Amino acid sequence: MHTLAELIIVFVILLNLALSVTGGLAACIRLVAVQGVVAGILPLLAGDGAPHARTVIFAAAIMLLKGAVFPWLLLRARDRSGAGKDVEPLISYPASVMLCLGAFIASSWLGSRLPLPDTGVAWIVPASLATIFTGFLLITTRSKAITQVLGYLVIENGIYIFGLALFVEQPLMVELAILLDVFVAVFVMGIAIFHISREFDHIDTAELSELSDWRRGEYGK
Amino acid sequence: MTTALMLLPLAAGLAAFLIRSDAARRSLLLWTARGHFLLAVLVIGAYFPGGSLIAAVVSPVPEPSSPWFAYDPLGLLFLGIASLLFLGAAQYAVTYLAAEKRDPGEDADGGFIFNNAPEAVFTGCLLLFLSAMTAVTASRHMGLLWALIEATTLLSAPLIYFHRHKRSLEATWKYLLICSVGIALALMGNLFLGAAGLKSGVGLDLAPLLSGAGALDKPLLKAAFLFLFVGYGTKMGLSPFHTWLPDAYSESPAVVSALLSGVLSTAALLGILRVNAVCASAGLADFTGGLLVLFGLLSVITAALFMLGQRDYKRMLAYSSIEHMGIIAMGAGLGGGAVFGALLAALSHSLVKAGLFFTSGLILAAEKTRRISDVKGLWRRAPRTAVLWLAGFFLITGTPPSGVFLGKLIILREALALKQYWLAGAFLLFLGLLFGGMARVFISMTFGERVPKPGERPFEERAGLLAPAAAFLVLVVLAGLYLPAWLQSLLAGAAANIGGKL
Repeated sequence: MHTLAELIIVFVILLNLALSVTGGLAACIRLVAVQGVVAGILPLLAGDGAPHARTVIFAAAIMLLKGAVFPWLLLRARDRSGAGKDVEPLISYPASVMLCLGAFIASSWLGSRLPLPDTGVAWIVPASLATIFTGFLLITTRSKAITQVLGYLVIENGIYIFGLALFVEQPLMVELAILLDVFVAVFVMGIAIFHISREFDHIDTAELSELSDWRRGEYGK
Repeated sequence: MTTALMLLPLAAGLAAFLIRSDAARRSLLLWTARGHFLLAVLVIGAYFPGGSLIAAVVSPVPEPSSPWFAYDPLGLLFLGIASLLFLGAAQYAVTYLAAEKRDPGEDADGGFIFNNAPEAVFTGCLLLFLSAMTAVTASRHMGLLWALIEATTLLSAPLIYFHRHKRSLEATWKYLLICSVGIALALMGNLFLGAAGLKSGVGLDLAPLLSGAGALDKPLLKAAFLFLFVGYGTKMGLSPFHTWLPDAYSESPAVVSALLSGVLSTAALLGILRVNAVCASAGLADFTGGLLVLFGLLSVITAALFMLGQRDYKRMLAYSSIEHMGIIAMGAGLGGGAVFGALLAALSHSLVKAGLFFTSGLILAAEKTRRISDVKGLWRRAPRTAVLWLAGFFLITGTPPSGVFLGKLIILREALALKQYWLAGAFLLFLGLLFGGMARVFISMTFGERVPKPGERPFEERAGLLAPAAAFLVLVVLAGLYLPAWLQSLLAGAAANIGGKL
């Protein structure tokens, strides 16, 4: 069973690298969806024998949300807002991929130093940390509002995998509440993107810079 | 009764989305706030018959019937703050919404006209926010607490975007993204907390975490505190994670700014205090206290520096909120008696700052600008507003007699008692700077000769907008003169919940 889990972990890491070099917005949305779905398979592989019904239902809910609902919402937001096809990175793609690789190396070092319980699945802690770093990379080095939402989702994927690595079992009600929060967050952000595109005629967050302490005199002029 | 407290605003909030009539929806908001306040008073009163709260803390707490939601003094204190503030905010909002309907927004700074969000959405989100906030104060499970705090973020985002224009949208986006990512980090912290208790099997329920804190894995518990502190600290507005805060506070309507600074920040504070209590029981009080003091002092310094060149009076109030969050964090970090001071400061700050934000809404309505340099001689145009504005200034900067003053004094005394002279010195220095920076603003706005703008009508100061602010300011003065026994024991009980001295 662990071989399959390790394959998934490798796949998640490759998806991080792919995200850092992909230029198409739609492709990025799909990559994040795929990452969410494969991460959703992981809890089914934990333990021996058949998983509990509760685990199966919850994993199905996650895969449905991350694999179908979120990409649908985000693609709709992209079409409605008339965003361009490109993610328009603020740094070059080679620089992005180098940062992503660097983050992975740092995560491997950090993962080996953290006093965590042994998971039995190789690389799961470094992979989850690297995924979180990739999410931050997407938020900080891509200029569009949609890519920032994608970054948030990648961070969420990373934290989800990290939670699996730690074996922290939360009650079902809490898991559902967390999932509901993530759903509402993406939903509200989608609405906000729609309004941004209507007010500003585009969703480039570099334009969201009127508010600051140093240029108060000129705003609105 | 705890369930009723949460369900009442939840049901009213859902109903608000469906009600068509503005008048009916406004009275629903008002009466829900009043009902919630009444219930909150009953819940707080039922907790300690005869004022023997300390006895209730020392003796083992009876096992609550519901494992998810139950009140301890700390939760009750924050429930009281939230419910009282919402009562004032509802009163203000009803008058405000009626006025906005007749005279929709005009922005003199930007020189454009804008529309407002549908009132049903605004009222509905306000009520749902109250419901989530009530659940935050009652929550006994760290995972659930996280989910509810994130829910308050999401429910308040539409409130910030009530005035539909570019700047409020920018503020909403920053708020939504920075706080959501910040709170995602707090989720990491919860996972570390769960991992710290894996061996002893305590889970994330607060009661077993506190009683079994000694068996927790120390390095993992430290990691948990770091992540939870950064995550909730982002939402609380501690420097250097505060970058979203001045934008969100200044762009939202006055009533929302008051709720954000008075209620929402206390939700995040509660999250930090809860995990701090766990760490203190595990013997990590020095580690967590050091962090709280460090970032608290940093927040006070940041606020002081940004206060000096401030040109926008709502942003000035926002930085003052950062200052007070810093003071509260410092008090909680110093431990011992300072925790009592921190809680008193939290209570007083919420009330004064809400009063000031309410007043700033009146000033904005009178002068149609948020620029400090464009407001002169306020007492000529709006005398009663000017009185509140000036009184609020004296209270917020800690002029006696007020609860804010008492809180700061207790924290300072504890710092001196702990022989932290450099800390006490820096604290006083930057408080002095803040006083000077704010005095300049408030005095130049209130006094001076005013040049009437062409074609302006006399400003009507509505009693519905003045009364909540005045009531809050009076309450804080009263708290400075005399702390009733029940409030003292509530604060002391809450301090005991965090690990302060009785």
